[in-house]
Amino acid sequence: MKSLEDLKKIREAAQNKMTMRMDDNQKYRIVVGMATCGIAAGARPVLNTIVEEVAKAKLPVTVLQTGCIGMCTLEPIVEVFDKDDNKTTYVLVDAKKAKEIVAHHLMRDEVLEEYTVGKYKK
Amino acid sequence: MDELALNILDIAYNSIRAKANDICIYINDSIKENVIDIEIEDDGCGMTNEEVGKVIDPFFTTRTTRKVGLGIPLFKQNAELTGGYLHIDSKKNCGTIVKTRFIKNHIDTPIMGDVIETMTTLIQADENIDYIFEYKTDDIHFIMNTKDMKDILGDVKITEPEVIIWLKDYMKEGLSQ
Repeated sequence: MKSLEDLKKIREAAQNKMTMRMDDNQKYRIVVGMATCGIAAGARPVLNTIVEEVAKAKLPVTVLQTGCIGMCTLEPIVEVFDKDDNKTTYVLVDAKKAKEIVAHHLMRDEVLEEYTVGKYKK
Repeated sequence: MDELALNILDIAYNSIRAKANDICIYINDSIKENVIDIEIEDDGCGMTNEEVGKVIDPFFTTRTTRKVGLGIPLFKQNAELTGGYLHIDSKKNCGTIVKTRFIKNHIDTPIMGDVIETMTTLIQADENIDYIFEYKTDDIHFIMNTKDMKDILGDVKITEPEVIIWLKDYMKEGLSQ
């Protein structure tokens, strides 16, 4: 049975990790579009998959949400920003592609060209 | 959108965009009463009567990235298809409450869907917003207030992935009492 008391343990563990995180700084920011268009296209499972995968692998990555990115027909859209703010935009993402983005881009710095917006729109 | 939970997520984002600090999400899903009532209340920037009239029009939106706003019109249409309704009460600078009723046994009433994912998604969106989440059926009554959790977490953010995953399990247990 879960109780609010569990949060104390999580707090202690997270505090240790946070000091570590400050040092090596967040490596990537990953942003999911969560407006009506994104939600209707399936952005919620995409976001939740990313949160779970990032937590599982304890990656130095910040997961954020945003509103409409402006290309509704290509939702769900996921944007990955590196430390220098270089942006990679992934389009028509689903939970499976989201897992691949975490495994390749966030963990091994490999951009998955075939899922990027450049493949659909120039 | 094929789940009520997705509509809830979408409507609650309006509250976030309205700069709410506190958002209450109340669901009463009752076979006995044959209704699904969904209320989303916030203390955001609110709307004038004129604006309330406009938000049910799909070609009204406050955002600038595109010219249509479909959230409220979609939800309203879904509710009315089942014989229910969507009402908006709002006061400028005070907040907004969106009350929706679906007739539970109507063939067009969507499934509830994954309310837990909706709640964790909302909580993950902004660490500064507090949620009261109340879920009632004929058998269960679950209430959760993120303020209680933040008190325990202290300087650890509620949006930390580890906390979000714990929250998911906590709600799962609460909703399957």
